[in-house]
Amino acid sequence: MRRLIDIAAPLVLIAVLLGLWQAACTAFDVPAFFLPKPTDVVAALIARWPVLLQSAWNTFVMALLALVFASATACAFALGSALNGLFERAVRPIALTLQVTPVMALAPLFQVWAGLDHAMRAVVGLAAIIAFFPIFSGVLTGLKSADPDLERLFDLYQATPLQRLFKLRLPSSIPFVIEGHRVGLGLSIVGAVVAEFVAGSGQTQGLAWRIVEAQHRLQIADMIAALVVLVAMALALNLLLSIFERKALQRWGKRTALGPG
Amino acid sequence: MAEPLAALTDAEVDYPRRGRALGPFSLSLKPGEIVALTGPSGCGKSTALRLFAGLEQPTRGTVSRHLARGETSLVFQAPTLIPWASALTNVALPLDLAGVAEHERCERAKVALARVGLGDVGDARPDQLSGGMAMRVSLTRAIVTEPKLLLLDEPFAALDSVTRRGLIEDVHRLWSQSKPAILFVTHDVEEAAYLAERVVVMTPGPGRTAAEIDTRGPIPRPPGFRATPDFRETAEAIAHALAGAMGHAA
Repeated sequence: MRRLIDIAAPLVLIAVLLGLWQAACTAFDVPAFFLPKPTDVVAALIARWPVLLQSAWNTFVMALLALVFASATACAFALGSALNGLFERAVRPIALTLQVTPVMALAPLFQVWAGLDHAMRAVVGLAAIIAFFPIFSGVLTGLKSADPDLERLFDLYQATPLQRLFKLRLPSSIPFVIEGHRVGLGLSIVGAVVAEFVAGSGQTQGLAWRIVEAQHRLQIADMIAALVVLVAMALALNLLLSIFERKALQRWGKRTALGPG
Repeated sequence: MAEPLAALTDAEVDYPRRGRALGPFSLSLKPGEIVALTGPSGCGKSTALRLFAGLEQPTRGTVSRHLARGETSLVFQAPTLIPWASALTNVALPLDLAGVAEHERCERAKVALARVGLGDVGDARPDQLSGGMAMRVSLTRAIVTEPKLLLLDEPFAALDSVTRRGLIEDVHRLWSQSKPAILFVTHDVEEAAYLAERVVVMTPGPGRTAAEIDTRGPIPRPPGFRATPDFRETAEAIAHALAGAMGHAA
């Protein structure tokens, strides 16, 4: 019962807010090109459903590609850094520079490099840069997170670097790797949307493009419908990843029996 | 007198910024003897133990170890088990790292676990074990390679007294089977007097030898040994030496 109320409370609040919105639009006769009624948005959602779904899919694919690129480079650099201190000291400042650079300022450069015919490449590249740092930092922290006494034990038995990596450091890093990728996926979606605003074209056809297109036509209901789909997609992905994370932590989590049990 | 198995000679350890942590300190371990190392907190007991393990090098002085790879084992204050692996896999880890084939190392780990009465928890993960059981698994991991030198760094400090006494009996029983030399770091006077044949008392850090006291009676200890005058007198002598060592520094 308690759980049911917890689930119902935000839904009721949303319904009330939507009702107020609807009532206000009707009462003050707000023009649809300024603020459409929620019912108009629903109508737009239904009417443009196939286009919105396709656009959401395009955004999702761009974000996922960005995540794959970011993950591959971040994991490689983190692994190199964990194995070699000099490499880490060489990589750290560059990774930090990438993190503090306002990535959207790079968008014009990426547009030039990708070319107008391949705007998707620019979007994926920009989103990958945004997603890089949390993954790099998560994996590197994870690879260094093993119990120092277990490290000593591996020293004592003269484990080879590969044994240490596969039997101790990689498994210890898993919770951090997952967390890094969760943050990275969130950022790559944000990145894919924001980058499409700046560097997108008719070729990318993601949700951001739908929003820009609707804005140009003053079809505000279409704009909000695209926004709703975007939020729904982000929420669904976050939920999926949380479930995956919980399952993975049950297997690889760090709950050790320490002291009196 | 037998050749020492491992020895520190005038060993000193300096840490950057923290200064001298140990020494000059000398201690030699004969094969098969049980030595307890006790002293006030921060006297460098654990540092001395890591020198014997070969995990650290002395700043000055020498460490000699007549031990091959895998002949030294270490038990820490916490069980220090790999949290995602079963008890059996944890016990088999030293064999795994030494390249023993999977079938053989599992067999040997099973036998070793059975010896400490944990034959039926091989599949359990560390977080499913009580503190005492986890420590017993840790001890089993240390003896599975049949080491010649077993180093114990306050391993029972976090356990309740009943569990602790049980584990001390385990240590004695395991010792009587393969007779490794044991160096046992503890700050508990009675634990030192009960467990060891020889107790080395250290001064406050940087630790030096304050006193050496031989304990009396057979090992494993007979039932009721803690109530005997022999045990009480030894424990008092150690406590006295410890108080004296701390008094000098004050």
